[in-house]
Order: sequence, then structure tokens, then C-alpha cells
Amino acid sequence: MTEPAVEPGGGETRRRVRRGAGRRRARRRFAVVLTFVLPALVLYTMFIVYPLISSLQYSLFSWDGLRQGDFAGLSNFVDLFTKYPLSERIPRALAHNLIFFAGTMVIQTTAGLLFAVLLHRSRRGKRFLQTAYILPHLVSPIVAGYLWSMMLNPQFGAVNAALKGVGLGALAQPWRGDPHLALPVAILVNSWQWVGFPMLLFAAALAGIPEEYHEAARVDGASAWQTFRRVTFPLLTPVLGIVTVLTFIGNFNILDLIYAMQGSQGNPTFSTDVLGLLFYRTAFDNPDPNAIGQSSALAVLMFVLIFGVSIGATRFFRRMEARLK
Amino acid sequence: MSTSVLEKPSMMAPPPRPRRRRPRRGAVASTALLWLYAVAALAPLVLMAVGSLRTEQQLADQPIGIPLHPVFENYAKAWSDGGFSSYFVNSIVVTVSSVVLGTGVAVLAAYPLARYGFRLRGMLTAYFLAGLMLPIRLGIKPVFFLLNSIGLIDTKLGLICVYAASGVPFGVFVLAAFFRALPMELEEAARIDGAGELRIFAQIMVPLVRPALTTVALFQFIPLWNDFFFPLILVEEDKYTLPVGLTRFVTEFEAAHAELYAGLVITTIPLVLLFLLATKQIIAGLTAGITK
Repeated sequence: MTEPAVEPGGGETRRRVRRGAGRRRARRRFAVVLTFVLPALVLYTMFIVYPLISSLQYSLFSWDGLRQGDFAGLSNFVDLFTKYPLSERIPRALAHNLIFFAGTMVIQTTAGLLFAVLLHRSRRGKRFLQTAYILPHLVSPIVAGYLWSMMLNPQFGAVNAALKGVGLGALAQPWRGDPHLALPVAILVNSWQWVGFPMLLFAAALAGIPEEYHEAARVDGASAWQTFRRVTFPLLTPVLGIVTVLTFIGNFNILDLIYAMQGSQGNPTFSTDVLGLLFYRTAFDNPDPNAIGQSSALAVLMFVLIFGVSIGATRFFRRMEARLK
Repeated sequence: MSTSVLEKPSMMAPPPRPRRRRPRRGAVASTALLWLYAVAALAPLVLMAVGSLRTEQQLADQPIGIPLHPVFENYAKAWSDGGFSSYFVNSIVVTVSSVVLGTGVAVLAAYPLARYGFRLRGMLTAYFLAGLMLPIRLGIKPVFFLLNSIGLIDTKLGLICVYAASGVPFGVFVLAAFFRALPMELEEAARIDGAGELRIFAQIMVPLVRPALTTVALFQFIPLWNDFFFPLILVEEDKYTLPVGLTRFVTEFEAAHAELYAGLVITTIPLVLLFLLATKQIIAGLTAGITK
């Protein structure tokens, strides 16, 4: 405890005696630190941090093709909401992202929590079940997208064939082609892929709750549901917070799955268009000469949204956690 | 012994056995639900594997069916005509190099951040960890111009640099936590014995965090293997990796479903093998930060 844990090479007194040697050693240590940290620092700064900062800078200028023009202030940002077609596409894509997030929270997070709780109690086949649930998560979203596209094909897809096979042929649908169904279907496919992740996080948290708590609740005569509602669930709040934030980040970055299922336009008729796809198109498939200015402004906007909401939500859940203690 | 990575054997261990009771209706229902969903989770993957062994005609006649006489032509065709041999090799080269480079620089950086006292340490650590939340795809346009200006556009090396950099935050996060947990006496003893800083790092510290290194490497491998966005924009077709190769294949051979199934399997198999070999490390990595 009294040892200054991070200082290699002994305590205060010894150092004062050998001040010269200590200083030499400190200098050498600094050189070591520098050599060790530098490669990661350069790589990370150059390829991750610098591009993100550049996006901010790009967004404040007007562009003519690849030529950077005058300082434009916030006019690129204003364009995003006033200039057709972006003014129509951005609110629509944002709305789809929000629906996607809400749908995922309702379906995937609830299912993940349910599976974790049930698995926690079950005894047999636990390892196998866990593995089965997590396996789709490993698959590339591109693979999942194409796989489900084939399965949902109205003529020769497995889903409609299975429905007909069990006498529910009336429920067969053009799952990806119907503008009203396309987005919910994408949410379900995404949940199929991701449900194992919240399940694992909840499972890890459940394993950390002392059995005595449940024992005590049982002794006091609480039903299983009451025990869950009053004891287990409040203890899961921190994990629920993490899951919410990660789901939000994941959903607002979504691109691959929808690209594979519905193309870069978010077919049919933009009914599955999301901000990730729109950003891609604004940056690389945009006839406007100011494509760089517009796409950078959109990038900054998405960045602020994702980062801001993540931090806000983390704070909110911390406060909830504190109140529960 | 050292199989459990994040010191969390409790997660896989069964809960303390409740007193003997007859299975109640609730328990039966919950078991049924769990197994039913397991079928739903696995069925599409099974269908994918099965579909790759059937002919185009069989797929059209009967979407769901058992390949009594499995055919392997789909794989042969996808591999040679479909371009998957080249995509596969690119994927291996790019992913493995990125993981080695990313994990390598992360373990170097994590060590002093965790175990040396120096000014700026807190700031540097926070700087690296901020990357855990950064949506890095949003910087794609500047990345493109950057690689263009240093001559790395349309090269595997350029892609590898971006990928390796993207793995640094998670690597530093996990490895620093592990380095911090090692007892201080270890290196003091080594120092008294006259070992230099590099030797202490390479021969004492790194071997002790090897399980964490596995987790970090796996955790860079999976998303990089699966990524399609960066190759789509940063390289031309001859350097495409598997996921972006798939999108290319689909636009070119729209109706070749059986071959596409084979391509999906080729893309997925390495990850499934990896997962079955290292289930524990992967689960530990997914839940890193939840349990201490």
C-alpha cells in the first residue's frame, strides 16, 4: 500500500541517496516508454484520429470536386437539411435508424435478457445452447445479409417454403420487396445475428450476483417474478446501460447487412435507407460537386449524434445505478 | 489452468445446485423455448452449408432438402471461376498481417501505460481508450486521401495499416488491464538480478499475458475478417477480401445461388473453426469489462 506501485526501482529514501543514478535511470526509462508507445501512437493517430479530425475540417469548407474552396462556415450543415435530395433523405434515414434502434431494443435486448435468465437456471446443455446463440454473431453481416436474402426469396426461399410446409402458406410474403415489411424484416435478421451478444453480457452479470440474494428473497416469500423484478433486474442495470449504449452505437453504424439485403439505396424505394448507407452514397455516389463538403458534414453530424448519445446514456445509467444503491 | 482468460470461470460454471425438486411446468416450458430458439439460431447456418452441396436445379425445385448425393462442384466453381481463391488469399494475408501488427503495437504501448509512472500517462491512456467509441468509418474520405498521398491507396499495406490502427484501442484496453494485475515484485526481482527493461518486457511480462494476447488477437481477427467497407473503398478488385468479394460475386452472377452458398461457407468456415477452437477466449473477449 505504501509502495508507490508504479515506480520501479525502490522507495523514496533509496532514491535520494542515489540521486544521480536515479535521474539517469529516469531518463532511460523515459526513452523506453517513448519507444514502446510510439508505434501505436503513430498508427492510431495517423489512421484513426487524424482522419476524423480532417472530416471536421473538410465539413467547414466548400468543395469543387477534389478542390478545396473557401471557408463555408456551417453552410454544408445547413445544406444537409435544406438542399434536395438530402433534405428529404436525411430525416427519413434518421427515422429508420431510430426505428431500428427501438425495434432492436424491444426484440433483441428483451430476448437476450430472457435467454440469459433461463440459461442461468437451466442445468443441461448450457454450453451447447450458448454456443448456438452466439454462432450467428461471428458470421459477417454481409454473409448474413445474402443468406437471409436467399431464404426470404418469395419464389424459392426457404422461409416461404417452410410456411407452406406446415400449412401456413397464407402467411407467405415478399419479405424483402414489400416496403412496409422490409425494415422490420431487416431488424429481425439483425436481431438473429446479434441476440447472443446481450445474452452473454447479461449472463456474465447474472453469474456475478451472489446466490444468497435470491435465497434471501425466497425465504421472505417472494415469487420467482418478484425476485427477478425486485432483486435481479435492479442489479442488472449497469449491464443494461452498457447493452443500450452498444446497441445504439451498433445500430447507428449499420450498413453491411442492409447493403447485402437491399443494396446501397436501401430498397425498396428507400424504405430501408439508413444513415450509414446514406453517408456512403453521399461520399462516393453523389453528383453534387460539393460531395466532400456534404458527406463530411454528415459524418460530423453522425459523429456528434453517436458520441453524444453514448456519453449521455452512460451518464444517465450511472445515475440510475447510484440511485439503486 | 490458464484456460479462463478474464478470470471468470464463474460464467461457465453452473449455479449452485438448487435443492432436488420435481421439474415444474415452468422449467419444462423454458427448456423447450431455449432449444426451440437454438434451432432457429442454427437453421439458417445449416441451410447455408446444405445449400452449398446441392445443385441449382435442386435448390429451385425444393428450397429445403437434404443433399443425399452431395455435389462439390459449387465449391470448385466458386473457388476458380467465382474468384474466391484470390479473395480467400487476400483475406488471409490482410487479416493476419493486421492482427499481428495491431496486437504487436498494442502490447508494446500497453506495457508502459500500465506499469511505468510518467507524466501524461493518464492522458495517453484516455487518448487510446477514446478510440473504443470512435465510429472510424466516418473518416473514410480523409483516409482515402491520406493513403493516396502516401502512395498506399489500392495496396494491401494501406488496408493493413488502417485495420491495425483500428485494433489499437481494444488491444491497449485489455492488455493494460492485464499488465496492471501482475505483481510488482516480479520486475523488481528481475531488476535486482540485472535484467534490462527490454528483457523484463519480452521474457517475463509478455509470456504472463499470453492468454490476453490470444483474446486481443481473436478480437481483431473477427471484425477484420468480416469487414467489407474499407476494402470496397480503398482497394481494387484484385485485392478484394472475402466479404467485398461476395458483393462483387453477387452483382456478377446474380442467379448462381448454389455457388453463392459455397462462397458464403468459404467466408464463414475459418471463423467457425476459430470459434470452436477458442470458445472461451471469444466469450471472455465479448464480455470484457462486464466482469472484473
